Amino acid sequence: MRITEKEVRYVAGLANLTLDDSEVARFRADLDGILEHMDQLNEVDTSGVEPMAQVLFEGAGGLREDVVETPLGSEAGLANAPQRGPGYFKVPKVVER
Amino acid sequence: MQIASLTIDRIREGLLSRQFSAVELTEEALRFAEAENPKTGAYLRLSPERAMDAARRVDERLARGEEPGPLAGVPVAVKDVILTKGITTTCGSKLLAAYVPPYDATAILRVEEAGGILLGKTNCDEFAMGSSTENSAFGPVRNPVAPDRVPGGSSGGSAAAVAQGTAVVALGSDTGGSIRQPASFCGVVGVTPTYGRVSRYGLTAFASSLDHIGPFARNVKDAATLLRVIAGRDPRDSTSAAAPVPDYPALLGGGLKGLKLGLPREYLRELGSEVGDLISRGVDVFRRLGCEVRELSLPSTGYAIPCYYIIATAEASSNLARFDGVRYTFRSANSGTLADMYRNTRGEGFGAECKRRIMLGTYVLSAGYYDAYYLKAQKVRTLIARDFARAFEEVDAIVAPVSPFPAFKLGEKVDDPLAMYLSDIYTITGSLAGIPCMSVPCGNTAGGLPVGMQLLTTHFGEPAMFRLAGAFEDAGGVN
Repeated sequence: MRITEKEVRYVAGLANLTLDDSEVARFRADLDGILEHMDQLNEVDTSGVEPMAQVLFEGAGGLREDVVETPLGSEAGLANAPQRGPGYFKVPKVVER
Repeated sequence: MQIASLTIDRIREGLLSRQFSAVELTEEALRFAEAENPKTGAYLRLSPERAMDAARRVDERLARGEEPGPLAGVPVAVKDVILTKGITTTCGSKLLAAYVPPYDATAILRVEEAGGILLGKTNCDEFAMGSSTENSAFGPVRNPVAPDRVPGGSSGGSAAAVAQGTAVVALGSDTGGSIRQPASFCGVVGVTPTYGRVSRYGLTAFASSLDHIGPFARNVKDAATLLRVIAGRDPRDSTSAAAPVPDYPALLGGGLKGLKLGLPREYLRELGSEVGDLISRGVDVFRRLGCEVRELSLPSTGYAIPCYYIIATAEASSNLARFDGVRYTFRSANSGTLADMYRNTRGEGFGAECKRRIMLGTYVLSAGYYDAYYLKAQKVRTLIARDFARAFEEVDAIVAPVSPFPAFKLGEKVDDPLAMYLSDIYTITGSLAGIPCMSVPCGNTAGGLPVGMQLLTTHFGEPAMFRLAGAFEDAGGVN
C-alpha cells in the first residue's frame, strides 16, 4: 500500500480541501492505484538529464515593453466577489481584537 | 442556406455577393443552435446579444466597402474555460456557475476583430479535466453521431457543436488531448498548435506548461483559417511565441511527393483493432500521394502517462488554489473561520475528478516526494521531447492514432479513473513535447463511429501538418 487514509487526510489539509469519510476511502484507493502506475518512472535512467519545466524554443518568452496600461479597475475586479466591502474583498475575521 | 454544412469560404462568398447579411446569417445560426442543441447539450448557453452586435459590425464594414475580415460572419462556439467578458464562464464547475468574467481572452478578441461571431459557450469537463465531458457539473454532452455515446473530452461541447452543425468552427483547449480526442470521437478536424503559438491569456489555467487553445472545424482549411486568426505573440502571455504567423490556409495544396512520414513502433504494436486498421489505411493513402513512410522508435512512450499525470496534476493543484471562496462567486455557507471558508468552499465546489487531481498534484509536490515524482517526471519529459526531436531529424511528420478506441458509451468508464488516464497515451506525448498535432477524420468503424488520425510535426511545423491533412482530405480520406 503506497498511501494510507491518514496521509490522504494530511494531503487534503495541505490542499485546503474538506473531504468526507467516503471520499477519503475512495481517493485512498484511487491514488494508490495511480501512484503504483507512476512508480514505473523509477525504471528510467535520468542521470545527467536536465528537467524540462517549460517548452522552450527560439523567440519564446522575452519581456514586453514596460508601458503603463489602463488596469482592470477595482469595480470590475470585485464584481464576482461573494462578499465585498467598498474597494475590498470581505472574508471571515482572522484576528480577534 | 444549409446552416449545418456551412464553411468559412461559403459564408464569405454569400456575404460578399449579398446573398445574405451577417445579421441574417447570425439570426438563423442562433435559431438553428437553439432548436438543435437539446439533442446534444453541446452549448451551455448562447450569447445572442454579443453575436448580433458582432454581426452588425460585420455588416457595417461590408456596407462601407471594407474588408470584413477572414472570419466575417462565421459562427464560432467557444469552450467554457475561455473567458468572455460579460458572458458567464463556468469552466464546467459548480464553483463558477455564476462567474461573469471582467475581460476577454486574447483569442476571443482576435476572433471578433476578424469578423467572427461568438455564438455561445460550450460544455466541457470541469476545468478541462477529463476525456469524456462527463465531469461537467452541468451534465454530459451527447455525441451527435451516436447519442448514447460521449463526444470525448475535455472539449466535448465544442467538438459536438461543430459536428452537429450548430457552429461552423469552435475554440477548444488541449492540455493532454482535449482537442484531438473529441475531434476524433465526433469526426471533425481538431488542432493543437505548437505550445505558445496561441496566447493563453484568458484561458483558465489547468497545467500552464501544457495548456493550448486551438481550433475545431469541419474541414482542414477552416481550421487553418481560424488558427491563423488566433495565433501570434501577445504581450499578455509571456510564453506566447514571437515567430511570425504563416498564412496557413494559403499554404494548403501542393503535392506531398518526397515528404517523409514516421510510424512509431511503440504506438502501433498495441493496435490490433478496427482503429489500427483504419490508421493503416490512412497511411496507405499517404503512400499513394507520394509520401515515403518508415517505421521509427519513440522509446520513452511507455513513460508518458505517469510523466504527464504527475506534471499536469502538480500544476493543476497550484493553479486551482485560487478558487478559495474569496474572489470567484462561490463561497460555502459553512465559512465560520477563514480556514473553514477555504476548505469547505473547495470541498463543496469541486467535483470528484478535480479533487482527485488536486490531491494527486498536492501529494507529488509535498515535502519528501518532490524529487521522486515531480522532478523525476520533468526529466522524463526531457527524454520524451528528445524522442521527437530525434524523429524529426528523419521524417517530416509522424502519423499515429488519436485514441485506442472510438467514442464509448456514456457512463462506461466513469468509475475507473486510471483506465481513463491510460486512454490518453497517444495524445499526451505530443503535448509533453509541445509540438503541433492534429486529428483529421480517418473513416468510420463498422458500427459507424468516427476515428481520427493524428498528425504530429516539429515546433512551428503547422504549414506542413496542414498540407498533409489537406491532401489527405482532398484524396477523400480512407473512404
